[in-house]
Amino acid sequence: MFLYQKTLQFPVKVETTNPALAALILEQLGGADGEIAAGMRYLTQRYYMPLPEARALLTDIGTEELSHWEIIATIVWKLVEHATDEQIKNSPYAQHFANHGRNPFPHNAAGVPFTAAFFNAKTDPIADLHENMAAEQKARATYEHLIRMSNDRGVNQTLSFLREREVVHFQRFGEMLDKVQDYIYSKHRRRDDNLDYHRIRQEHDRYGMR
Amino acid sequence: MTRYNKDFEELMALQFAIVELNLFLDTHPDDEQALRDYNRLVEQFEMAKKAYTEKYGPLVNFGYGKSKHPWQWVNEPWPWDR
Repeated sequence: MFLYQKTLQFPVKVETTNPALAALILEQLGGADGEIAAGMRYLTQRYYMPLPEARALLTDIGTEELSHWEIIATIVWKLVEHATDEQIKNSPYAQHFANHGRNPFPHNAAGVPFTAAFFNAKTDPIADLHENMAAEQKARATYEHLIRMSNDRGVNQTLSFLREREVVHFQRFGEMLDKVQDYIYSKHRRRDDNLDYHRIRQEHDRYGMR
Repeated sequence: MTRYNKDFEELMALQFAIVELNLFLDTHPDDEQALRDYNRLVEQFEMAKKAYTEKYGPLVNFGYGKSKHPWQWVNEPWPWDR
């Protein structure tokens, strides 16, 4: 189950009111490579991973992504919380405001609402772990774009933290991909065989194969 | 102006180090040094959580900390308001 801890994972100390920046940062709230896509992607991949440590890693990184989603929503909220109607009217956030007001609603910077079609999961640990590594790199690139567009020092500190987390997650998924490949290819099949992950999982449970 | 304070930021910093070690241990479960660091930080975190809960009320919902009267879970500030 999930519990709520009454902290953010990293402080959000926004220094300015800046609806235009808020509109850009929505990309990481509801965009294709954003934090909620990441969390849903990893948490739904947990069920069929052939190694228990892969299930642990997806649970842990998936959970961390939910806390990143909360951080992004907090940044967006703080950037518009005290904005006047005039400030909103003269910014790209006005389009968002027309429908959602100040709610940090999950769509991307171009206004496309979040959809699970942004990501994928295949019941194939090799394909899924590659997808995850690509997702972390794409999110890192997005954070670099956002940092270049932002003049708010506080926002940039938090975005830099989130960017670093993408790099760490990429590293951990790469290590897990190696372990999963070693496990599958050394104990079960040749590289070119069609793998039945459900069967591998059952054998693992039966014989404790590692 | 923010509503962060030293107690709160220390707690966050400790937990971040724990998160990082947790992910590292998921892919390096045999690393004894990392495990020692993890366990040492968990001890510190437990003390910090206990002190924080005593002073400000429950840090986690659903049974992970006692409250004084009146029910402290509902108290401000919520994390996004700090």
